[in-house]
Amino acid sequence: MNLSLLIILPFITAIVILFCNGLKQVRTVALIGSAVQLIMAIMLLIQYWNERAIGNISQMVFEYSCVWFAPLNINFHIGVDGISVAMILLTAFVVIAGVLVSWTMETLNKEFFFLLIFLSMGAYGFFISLDLFTLFFFLEVAVIPKFLLIGIWGSGKKEYSAMKLALMLMGGSALVFVGLSGLYFNTNINGTHSFDVMQISKMHIPLEAQLLFFPFAFVGFGIFTALFPFHTWVPDGHSSAPTAASMFLAGISMKLGGYGCLRVATYLMPDAAHAYSWVIILLATIAIIYGAFATMMQTDLKYINAYSSVSHCGFVLLGIGMLTQTSITGAVLQMVSHGLMTALFFAAIGMIYSRTHTRMVEQLGGLLKVIPFISSVFVIAGLCSLGLPGFSGFVAEMTVFMGSWQNPDTMYRTATILACASIVVTAVYILRAAGKTVMGPITDEHYFHLTDATWNEKLAAIILITGIVAIGVAPFWLNDLVTPGTEQIMQQLAQAISLK
Amino acid sequence: MNNYSYISLIPLLPIATFLLLGLFGRKYFSSLSGIIGTLSLSVSAFLSILTAYKYFFVDGKVNGVFQQIIPLKYTWLQFSPTISIDMGIVVDPLSVMMLVVITFVSLMVHVFSLGYMKGEERFATYYAFLSLFTFSMLGLVLSTNIFQMYMFWELVGVSSFLLIGYYFDKPSAVAAAKKAFIVTRFADLGFLIGILILAFHAETLDFQTLIARLTDPQSSQILSSVTSSLFGVSALTWGLTLVFMGGAGKSAMFPLHIWLPDAMEGPTPVSALIHAATMVVAGVYLVARLFPVYCFDVSALQVVTYVGAFSALLAAVIACTQTDIKRVLAYSTMSQIGYMMFSLGVSKYGGEEGLGYMASLFHLFTHAFFKSLLFLGAGSVIHMVHSNEMKDMGGLRKHMPITHITFLIACLAIAGIPPFAGFFSKEEILLAAFHSNKLVFFVALFTSGLTAFYMFRLYYSIFWKKAAHLHGEHHDEGTFTMKIPLVILGACALLVGFVPISQFITSDGIGLETHIDVIFSITPVALAIAGILLATSLYKNENDRPIKISLAFGKFYEAAHKKFYIDEVYLFIIQKIIFNLIGRPAAWIDKNIVDGLMNLLAFITAEFSEFFKGLQSGKVQSYALYFFAGIFGLAVLFIYLVK
Repeated sequence: MNLSLLIILPFITAIVILFCNGLKQVRTVALIGSAVQLIMAIMLLIQYWNERAIGNISQMVFEYSCVWFAPLNINFHIGVDGISVAMILLTAFVVIAGVLVSWTMETLNKEFFFLLIFLSMGAYGFFISLDLFTLFFFLEVAVIPKFLLIGIWGSGKKEYSAMKLALMLMGGSALVFVGLSGLYFNTNINGTHSFDVMQISKMHIPLEAQLLFFPFAFVGFGIFTALFPFHTWVPDGHSSAPTAASMFLAGISMKLGGYGCLRVATYLMPDAAHAYSWVIILLATIAIIYGAFATMMQTDLKYINAYSSVSHCGFVLLGIGMLTQTSITGAVLQMVSHGLMTALFFAAIGMIYSRTHTRMVEQLGGLLKVIPFISSVFVIAGLCSLGLPGFSGFVAEMTVFMGSWQNPDTMYRTATILACASIVVTAVYILRAAGKTVMGPITDEHYFHLTDATWNEKLAAIILITGIVAIGVAPFWLNDLVTPGTEQIMQQLAQAISLK
Repeated sequence: MNNYSYISLIPLLPIATFLLLGLFGRKYFSSLSGIIGTLSLSVSAFLSILTAYKYFFVDGKVNGVFQQIIPLKYTWLQFSPTISIDMGIVVDPLSVMMLVVITFVSLMVHVFSLGYMKGEERFATYYAFLSLFTFSMLGLVLSTNIFQMYMFWELVGVSSFLLIGYYFDKPSAVAAAKKAFIVTRFADLGFLIGILILAFHAETLDFQTLIARLTDPQSSQILSSVTSSLFGVSALTWGLTLVFMGGAGKSAMFPLHIWLPDAMEGPTPVSALIHAATMVVAGVYLVARLFPVYCFDVSALQVVTYVGAFSALLAAVIACTQTDIKRVLAYSTMSQIGYMMFSLGVSKYGGEEGLGYMASLFHLFTHAFFKSLLFLGAGSVIHMVHSNEMKDMGGLRKHMPITHITFLIACLAIAGIPPFAGFFSKEEILLAAFHSNKLVFFVALFTSGLTAFYMFRLYYSIFWKKAAHLHGEHHDEGTFTMKIPLVILGACALLVGFVPISQFITSDGIGLETHIDVIFSITPVALAIAGILLATSLYKNENDRPIKISLAFGKFYEAAHKKFYIDEVYLFIIQKIIFNLIGRPAAWIDKNIVDGLMNLLAFITAEFSEFFKGLQSGKVQSYALYFFAGIFGLAVLFIYLVK
């Protein structure tokens, strides 16, 4: 399979959208484009399996490389392993759902859908890049549209939020760039430097350089995935963003960070990962617990989900920081799971908001009676969030816990117990929100006239729920997909120990 | 050799029903959904009984020992090369008995609900949730893997949440559902950490392997779990105690019992299913499943014993003072489960000394029938008078003869009067306690007197006391479908005591010879009769003695009536401490300090740029000033540095 298609197709879709007239044309093109993306992602999965089935054991498959800028030895090098395939699938699911929930976008719809599709191109490019410069390039492609999406189509204090998000993520990118440059200048292949992930992974970066540049790369990517204390863009950004942008932001953008932490920081600088793992654990545990408690006090549905994202993304960082095979696999599973689940949550909140014109928990009530479909979606998203078996959240969290416990250090054990305890707090805030919003008596008589989900909203919800249930009921396929990738990372980490 | 793989149909039928009814039921065949659910479940029940026959009488026994058979097992999630979650089915005496109990009681509840829930708007949803619950519970008892059990454990929790909160527009029902879920979730946290500890040391999640490794004194696994310790307690004890915490949560043991009385907000047939026969005994099942390991670690087993005994007593005392008939039954359930727990606690592994294990599961078996009967009877009464309160009842025996007779049978059974079912199982429990722990024995003996007293207080308050004063319409004993389950369960409550459980279900799979020790049984039966007589004198006719007695007890009565203020303590901890001392500060710090720092950073940057912006004023005079100041500065620098 030619992976470049994953970049070219969204690009073409985005260009075609620019030449469309009127909402109907625009959204049809966007829907077709995102449906093609989904089909391609699923085909990629199937072809990846085929490739493995016929005995291809190379670390990356469907590799392709061409020179981009020779003087600096920058190549357009792409390829996927199981982890990338999982992330690409996630992206495709969220994109089509995002397009569907924006079906009736009134203002500047052409620009809106253009930016959405453009953003997805950045995400695909990021996940398939095996060259650090290309990777960074696509990271930036994925950041800038968000500023516009929130600033133009947002609500509330949107200018402030858009600015905050853009500045913080740009700050993250700047740190990432320092980290990547640091790596670059410490490589030496026949007298030239290299950005190539596969090449760097095979050489040993000097320990001092690792210790110096790991924090840049990790914190830089960490900001994307709500690393404490750089998570404050998350609540403001999500709450001001329009529904689809929230879904993209939490479902895709935050995963760019987690993927970067894993693929770039941990994989390429394994010695430093060992050295700093306790810091990561500390920050991740704080994010999990503190995020959960902060969620408990929120009154706005979007803030609730945003803060719970802080808590849930803490599991990703915890899994990475624990440095065991199972926990890293768990981190990847959690990325996929959280991406789908939080997109579903934001979609449900958006549907509720567009009907009731409020997101305040105390103003809502009894929605299950009047809009049963949307309410059920909301409850399902909530149950997934609190880690109910049968949904993806359970599988991911339990893998992280099981993996974390394999690390017998007392501090790590304590962190694991605290992280486990967060599932109780999660239950508290999810049930508080669901109990008040969809259950209980109807609080406003206008609600009696609400209409339930339209076909596009239903389809969006069903697509995301399918993903969640496919992982929750039969996690083995995703686990088997991801494990070879995490094994490679573990080998790298194990070598690092032996070098010490 | 033995083909039991068809057992997978037993849980699969309910889940299929759930999907069918949940997705399409409400829209397309709402009124039929009850029939669909009931039919599908009756197939499951039939298969369960078939399995029981096949297993116990045909091919379960090899050389006089019941075998554990695992007809199906698939790897579901491979955590690491040694640790994986498997989905499988275990067939052994324990799981087969639970299959029968669950499907049978569930079937009775399905049939009863046909009448009780008739005309409900969300009839299909109700049956969908019932099916989901039955599926989860069946999955739980069939688990071959401790993590598989944990999964179904959580599913049971959520389906119970959905059923308790069935009347979701009633705030009290929603609150009760939330409370049940969160309290049991908190307990499950212990279960989860317990699993992590046990799995880490045993290097497996599989029940069979785990038990084999953790009971073999020579194995390296037991060595690691006994030698590593925290606060002077070995990892094995920690693991088992934490696992028991999960069990105590589901089984409403002190201090995690607070959700059970509130859970009575759910529809009454639901209480009969969940809060009498199935979910609440999950904790007992869990301890029984891991029983060999518990026997290996006496300190964890002692926790089980004393928690069980204390819960039995506490709940019985509280039950004497409650006025809501369902709450009386809820506390009575808690008390009876306490019996099962301490009975496991006083038992040992194998042989005559394993009597407690057998007695506990025997009691689980008999209790399932008479307690679900009591709940269904209460449902029938509530259906008639539209109230849960004793004060709205009385004199109903003539208006609802079938309910009256079956309720009386159940009361006699729970009180332990021969030859009703409860007598036999309670007898064995007391005998087991007598032989190993005298303190627990006396607590149990006293509690059994109390049990007879509060059950007959309930009985007289509903059916005797004063003349019935029914007003309004719709006062009948309910439909045919409501009476049938009462009669069937009534017959069971009369007869199941004669089932020779001791031949089938023992800790080591070898049948046990038991006989009723007449001399021994005189005391408990006499106490039970005394309890009944006391209740008769106080509650059969309306009089002022009960009030006088409650006044005589003074503060103690008040405390028991208020459930010993345990709810208030929890409320204090949650609201005052967790919300106000952790949640609020966390949210505040996030908004003002962490985010404030970020804003401060942005502010400083902006101010700096303001400052530098000011430098670019466009005024030639200021540029000239900067220019000369620069020259001056450089000159000074050069003069002193290049000296």
